[in-house]
Amino acid sequence: MAPSSDTDWQKHMGDDTVEEMACQELVEVITDYLEGTLSKSDRARFDAHLATCPGCREYLEQMRTLIRLNGSLTAKSIEPATRDSLLRAFRRWRDSQTQL
Amino acid sequence: MLPIIGTSGGDLPGQNSETYGSGEARARARVDQTGVDRPRNASGIACHMPVTNGRYESAMVLKTADHTPEGELIEGLRRGDQAAFTWLVDTYSPSLKRLALAFVSLDAVAEEVVQETWLAVLTGIGRFEGRSSLKTWLFKILTNRAKTRAVREKRTVGFSELGPEDGGGPAVSPERFLPADHPSFPGHWSSPPHPWSVVAEEAVLRRETMEVLRRGLENLPRSQRAVVMLRDVEGWPAHEVCAALELSEANQRVLLHRGRSRLRSILETYFAEDA
Repeated sequence: MAPSSDTDWQKHMGDDTVEEMACQELVEVITDYLEGTLSKSDRARFDAHLATCPGCREYLEQMRTLIRLNGSLTAKSIEPATRDSLLRAFRRWRDSQTQL
Repeated sequence: MLPIIGTSGGDLPGQNSETYGSGEARARARVDQTGVDRPRNASGIACHMPVTNGRYESAMVLKTADHTPEGELIEGLRRGDQAAFTWLVDTYSPSLKRLALAFVSLDAVAEEVVQETWLAVLTGIGRFEGRSSLKTWLFKILTNRAKTRAVREKRTVGFSELGPEDGGGPAVSPERFLPADHPSFPGHWSSPPHPWSVVAEEAVLRRETMEVLRRGLENLPRSQRAVVMLRDVEGWPAHEVCAALELSEANQRVLLHRGRSRLRSILETYFAEDA
């Protein structure tokens, strides 16, 4: 999309040749941003947009919160019966080893 | 380094399994699952290794097979030290099962795949040369078994061929943005996200929130679920996820993006209802 002429965000950009990043684009490249795979110029556009947009700052914060919460999800382990049967299998295996 | 396995606890009758912390280490593993900054080894798996006093300490590095607790665990397995096996089973089974569920749909099948993996470890440990880490080897076995089962379940399609599995829609509904022909702010928020900090301060810590998130994760399309699970929940680095799931880096990122975006939106809805 073409940058429009008279907007606050362009004043912040201070560079008319670089297309400003819209919020709708930002939410699609946010993972590339977090993964560090965004190109240098897009990263600059991302950061410049972020500096002027509370909505996108909140969005980024929410993504970080989500990642943190994901990291605190606990894994279900195997059933106790499976564990018991594995330990029995281990003892059988150990005994067969010592017989060799 | 002193041999770890079968020294401290092994000399004491009835305490052998405690060497590997059947109680303590599992409790610690559970605690660490809830922490964000839990230590990871090079492969991104939180590790809790035994030290010579027979207690468990978190170890940051588990890279080489020699001179490490991992090498000692392998030796322990070969010697038939049940405590070593128990420790490995208790430490890695949750992650193995989670990875299995990325391939097979049924919990019971995932359980069998994990079981088959451990049995394969026993038959293979004699030939294991330690060129890769024990953990890498373990997950490789699991992945192969799970794929075989997935084929039997007629889920022959690989992750890379599946794409995002949800039509590749946008991360956020277009209705939340001003139209592209808007005179001043095309594509900017018309309905910006409400700050979570207001509602989420305590809510993020609530069990119910985690349940919402868990359900959201379980309901993600399979390929997205697998990537988010390994990356965010298990904390694997991108290149290991790509290797395990046979994905390109770009494809992995797309799936991660789709999955995370969906989950954020689920939490947003949940917090909105909550407010």
